[in-house]
Amino acid sequence: MAVGSDTAKTIESATGGDYKYGFVTEIDMDFAPRGLNEDIVRFISAKKNEPDWLLEWRLKSYRRWLTMTEPRWARVRYATIDYQDSYYYAAPKPKELLNSLDEVDPELLRTYEKLGIPLDEQKQLAGVAVDAVFDSVSVATTYKEKLAEEGIVFCSFSEAVQTHPELVRRYLGSVVPYSDNFYATLNSAVFSDGSFVYIPRGVRCPMELSTYFRINAENTGQFERTLIIADAGSYVSYLEGCTAPMRDENQLHAAVVELVALDDAQIKYSTVQNWYPGDKDGKGGIFNFVTKRGACRGVNSKISWTQIETGSAITWKYPSCILQGDNSVGEFYSVAVTNNHQQADTGTKMIHIGKNTRSTIITKGISAGKGQNTYRGQVKILPGAAGARNYTQCDALLIGDECGGHTIPYIEVRNPTAHVEHEATTSKISDDQLFYCMQRGLSAEDAISMIVNGFCKQVLMELPMEFAVEAQKLLDISLEGSVG
Amino acid sequence: MSPGTETETPDVAKKTPLLEIKDLHVKVEGKNILRGIDLTVKAGEVHAVMGPNGSGKSTLAHVLAGREGYEVIKGGVRFAGSDLLDMAPEERAREGLFLAFQYPVEIPGVGGMNFLKSALNVVRKHRGLPELDAMDFLTLAREKMRLLEIDEKLIQRAVNVGFSGGEKKRNEVFQMAMLEPKLAVLDETDSGLDIDALKTVANGVNSMRSPDRAIILITHYQRLLDYVVPDKVHVLAHGRIAKSGGRKLALELEKKGYGAFGQSDASVAA
Repeated sequence: MAVGSDTAKTIESATGGDYKYGFVTEIDMDFAPRGLNEDIVRFISAKKNEPDWLLEWRLKSYRRWLTMTEPRWARVRYATIDYQDSYYYAAPKPKELLNSLDEVDPELLRTYEKLGIPLDEQKQLAGVAVDAVFDSVSVATTYKEKLAEEGIVFCSFSEAVQTHPELVRRYLGSVVPYSDNFYATLNSAVFSDGSFVYIPRGVRCPMELSTYFRINAENTGQFERTLIIADAGSYVSYLEGCTAPMRDENQLHAAVVELVALDDAQIKYSTVQNWYPGDKDGKGGIFNFVTKRGACRGVNSKISWTQIETGSAITWKYPSCILQGDNSVGEFYSVAVTNNHQQADTGTKMIHIGKNTRSTIITKGISAGKGQNTYRGQVKILPGAAGARNYTQCDALLIGDECGGHTIPYIEVRNPTAHVEHEATTSKISDDQLFYCMQRGLSAEDAISMIVNGFCKQVLMELPMEFAVEAQKLLDISLEGSVG
Repeated sequence: MSPGTETETPDVAKKTPLLEIKDLHVKVEGKNILRGIDLTVKAGEVHAVMGPNGSGKSTLAHVLAGREGYEVIKGGVRFAGSDLLDMAPEERAREGLFLAFQYPVEIPGVGGMNFLKSALNVVRKHRGLPELDAMDFLTLAREKMRLLEIDEKLIQRAVNVGFSGGEKKRNEVFQMAMLEPKLAVLDETDSGLDIDALKTVANGVNSMRSPDRAIILITHYQRLLDYVVPDKVHVLAHGRIAKSGGRKLALELEKKGYGAFGQSDASVAA
């Protein structure tokens, strides 16, 4: 714990004990004042009792962020965000417990029901006081004990900073540098919490790791930071998602996820994103500006991203793989749905550095209503990546005639032995298809659900079983009312 | 199978017509296509509606099934005691109206088995029957496929995707057999079929004949009627039923063509 003790000393010398405490006393509440400045960054860091190097890293990020401008190259439109008009730290507010399900928004309950969430779980999600039938805390604890036996670290990011500072310090920002892009840099300055996973050498994680319990328990904020390290020869499957639409008031979600796979390690990262998409007229909804990147550092390593993006007003997200180790493999499977006024500009980057590196990209974009769906992807084969291969397939499905599907591939090949394939299709659910289904007794919605699920099958298959079922239901819900 | 009052049983289902079309006028894209159709079909009967291209045969089929874009300007249709035109297309299907399409559409990504199982269960639910699970469904499907001499592989593929013309038509007949409608309307199911496929289709239709069910065969040619003997034959010309009769009428048409009805675009014989 050399870093740990060093850090403790540095904190005292750099910040001065009384400054820190004085600051806390001065604020003495659970949220920082509106706006963003260095004091807020210091406040967040102090609240989390972070080591000095991390505070410095945050400050460095903040200063860098001040010099940056928002990217505007994505095919999305939105009003300018006033970054000084937001709160950057709010301790989890204890939710006001309701007495029974009768007090819960009936629309929310209807959605839960469609998702097939058991009643007790529904109560839990809706913030109703429940007895110990469904006790997520104890479930999480059993989880942790079992994982600890294998030497696996699975905890919140803040906890990892305290318990495994050497790992955090070594890998934080090593895949997504603090200066990477506007949102990632903002996140680096003000990130609230997130997950930390370390799988030791040669260990195959015996269960799917999920943020599910943790999110419910801790109510993580808008700037999540996740770091997953798979040491040599290890394997982990990580699930990120919410099983219920969060009626989140927060406008901006700028998360950063970093994955590191060492020699022969494999990481499978699955996301089902279902944030509030805004109403039918495009009012409200989450801006989901997320930076996700994985580094296949070791030889024969593999990182696989699977995402089902049905929520958010705007999605700006490109889970990527840096294929550095020879023979490493990157995969990206994506379903993105935009209905009503939703906009998505999403895709991936596959950067081939090592020899015989391989990547596969399969994306399914579904647009309905006035939704706009863009696939934007980069395949880059660097000079050293002899024998690299990429296969890309981008399919767009349109429902109705006011939506759009767009494909913007960037392909850069600097090694003559590389093979790169790109296929793209656009199709529309035709009136003939709908009528055919209806003539057999199916409703238009059932027909669309069937066609959409058929369209997405290739990607849904990549999800862990129980997630796939959930994802299918989510697709149905997001496309509700897209015809007729 | 000669039609007429003497063969009718005093069955209640037979007394009330299953389908009753009265003075039906329909416009498509501003053009009058049907100009006063009157047609009554009772349970247990097989009717052939014949006519040259452009006489309104397919329009009639689509209007019955509830396709959008067909404007009923006059007249009405009653089906099993209800106002058919008031019902949404899927309600008509659930009530037991089946249309075998002239051009069955391809639905990529949707497996034939999944599709038909969903449709069958919706229909069964509507009829107050328990839904079938995958095993029961498969057993039933295999039985029907054997009966209709249909290759099992057909329903393992996506709906109609990459099917030959004959396979598409067989698939329609197979779906009809599975869904067991009260009224089946076959829209030129015989056109473009070779003799083997035609026999399969005819076989399927004949196996569906039942005292509780009516079948309307819409056809250009009389040759299907060599295998499926209709109770009644109607000639459609210029959007009206120009003549109705028995089986003989079809044979007559084969000799004389549609010329006598003022439309002679093709011969009636195959």
